[in-house]
Amino acid sequence: MKDLFYGLWPICRKEFTHIRRDPTTLFFTLAVPLMQLFLLGLAVDTNVRQIATVVLDESHTQQSRQFIDKLAASDSFHIVAHVDSADKLDRAIRAGEARVGVRIPYDYARRLQEGNTARVLVLMDGSDSSVAGQATNASTGVAMQLSLAQLLGNTPMPVEVRPSVLYNPSTRSANFFIPGLIAVLLQMMVILMVALSLVRERERGTLEQLTMTPVAPLALMVGKMIPYGVMAFAELCVILAVMRVVFLVPVHGNVLTLLVLSVPFLLTVLGLGLIISTKAQTQAEAFQLAMATILPSVFLSGYIFLIENMPPFFAALSKLVPTTYYIRILRGIVLRGAGLEDLWMEGMILLLMGCAATGIAALLFVRQRRHA
Amino acid sequence: MTPVITADGMTIRFGSFTAVQDVSFQVGKGELFGFLGPNGSGKTTIIKALCGLLTPTEGTGTILGMDIRKHAADIRRHVGYMSQKFGLYEDLTVAENLTFYAGVYGIKGTQAEQRTKELLALTGMEPYLDRRVGALSGGWKQRLSLSCAIIHSPQVLFLDEPTAGIDPVARRSLWDLFFQLSGQGVTFFVTTHYMDEAERCGRVGYIYLSKLAAIGTIAELQQLPEANPKGTVRVQIDAPDASMELTRLRSMTGVREATIFGRSIHALVEQDDLDAIRQQLNGASVERIVPSLEDVFVTLTYEIMKERR
Repeated sequence: MKDLFYGLWPICRKEFTHIRRDPTTLFFTLAVPLMQLFLLGLAVDTNVRQIATVVLDESHTQQSRQFIDKLAASDSFHIVAHVDSADKLDRAIRAGEARVGVRIPYDYARRLQEGNTARVLVLMDGSDSSVAGQATNASTGVAMQLSLAQLLGNTPMPVEVRPSVLYNPSTRSANFFIPGLIAVLLQMMVILMVALSLVRERERGTLEQLTMTPVAPLALMVGKMIPYGVMAFAELCVILAVMRVVFLVPVHGNVLTLLVLSVPFLLTVLGLGLIISTKAQTQAEAFQLAMATILPSVFLSGYIFLIENMPPFFAALSKLVPTTYYIRILRGIVLRGAGLEDLWMEGMILLLMGCAATGIAALLFVRQRRHA
Repeated sequence: MTPVITADGMTIRFGSFTAVQDVSFQVGKGELFGFLGPNGSGKTTIIKALCGLLTPTEGTGTILGMDIRKHAADIRRHVGYMSQKFGLYEDLTVAENLTFYAGVYGIKGTQAEQRTKELLALTGMEPYLDRRVGALSGGWKQRLSLSCAIIHSPQVLFLDEPTAGIDPVARRSLWDLFFQLSGQGVTFFVTTHYMDEAERCGRVGYIYLSKLAAIGTIAELQQLPEANPKGTVRVQIDAPDASMELTRLRSMTGVREATIFGRSIHALVEQDDLDAIRQQLNGASVERIVPSLEDVFVTLTYEIMKERR
């Protein structure tokens, strides 16, 4: 057992010296994820509000104006222009001046009065699906309200839904988005740091020298993981503080549980970084491979797209992405106040993945040092 | 004398490629053994196998009596390794590099301090202790690299082209260090491309196309039948304009090899044609000589190539 980790501490200490020796790199390594957090955290709002809307009112009646007022009063639409022809309505959407065009036909008021169904045409720009969805829902809602008012008069509503959102009551995007962002940022930072550190040794020939010493492969791997793991952990604490203080995301669960469950995730991404470093011959190659791991962790982890909505193949694939589990942990603790009893399974899976990744990296290293 | 390094019928294949084929040799304690051969002939592969980094496909070897197949980890604690790549961390200081390698070999505390002092005295690196390695010249890097490679007082040292790319003065002082250590009983296994370095070695092996083509002392190699093919003589020709004569000489019948050596020509010629050649050279002095080490290796290489065809 001692032989398995022979040389661990000298490697570890040396790695800390490297980090200390190069303050510029250290600064950027720590600052870049924070900058990205600010950028993305401030920019992203997934809730659709104030959709730019143009109106063509051919009816010019009190009733048609009432419909338009209802639209404008809702948070969903923002009326940017009134036009006088169907052509101009189309053009405004095509040119991107508006996402939604509302056309109220000339017979709108007449049909209402005659007791026929009055029709309103709502044109939507489908190039952003979330906008189209929100516009459909909101305009249907307005139509329903007006219809009910017409039918019921002053009689009270027979049925009413009282929505009450648990866990993120204000449905603020930041609350939902930032915990996921933490996982992605940490992963990017860790994989790059550890992969570059080992590949640098390969490029400079010190790796060849190390293989001729009694240093055990596993000791080399773990000796690299510890310093960068410590750095990533410190960065995580800073990011969590910024999330709480700057972005005002409340943490409903226990921060300590979150930190504990972060360790297996860090282990996994450190291991991934090492696997990359055994495959890459140059730092440029390592960089590209590291970037390649980012896309699946963004798109298949539930960070942006719901896993429940994925085709079965990709849903299965998402189970292999470590970020999936860490995002569950982050959102669980931050948003829902979940505890270790709810999330131990995710922690165990990450722990297994981490040990496997480290072991695989060590094996690959042993196999390839023959040819290196 | 008990051998410190042995290779016994060692064959190493990577897939269908044979990097080392049936190589056997022994190196005794305190010997300075030179290992020569073109790039890609298998020199580094043999070192890796002897250090237990890869297992031979066939055959085996021992270091200090330990089988390379069974005691790879132990072997690495008792051997030192240094290559032309230095293996130093340029952003660390001289002292930090030494401390790191001491730690890697499990040398701690006062023992490490003691050993560091010895090495600084040996290499004269004392004034540079707190200098970053990146700021050192090639010669000093080489000395530090050697210090790191022998910090654990290994009994065996593998040097893979240790002096490639450093200046002659630094090269000589490094060899002085080798001789000093060798005098203390350290066994050296040195690969090199330089003939003058090979000539400093007690014994030399020549590997060509994955096979050990020759092995022995310099004198033994010079007497090798393969290096002195039957019916040929090796001569040194001193002509006023050697390079002019060389072209002429090469076109004469009976001349197998001819090359410039300083201001004279070394040639391998057919015994029967010697007189005719002497006449054509009108008056230049033609003397029979013992082949130089380079002559030996060139002739050996030609002979092997001829055999393969």
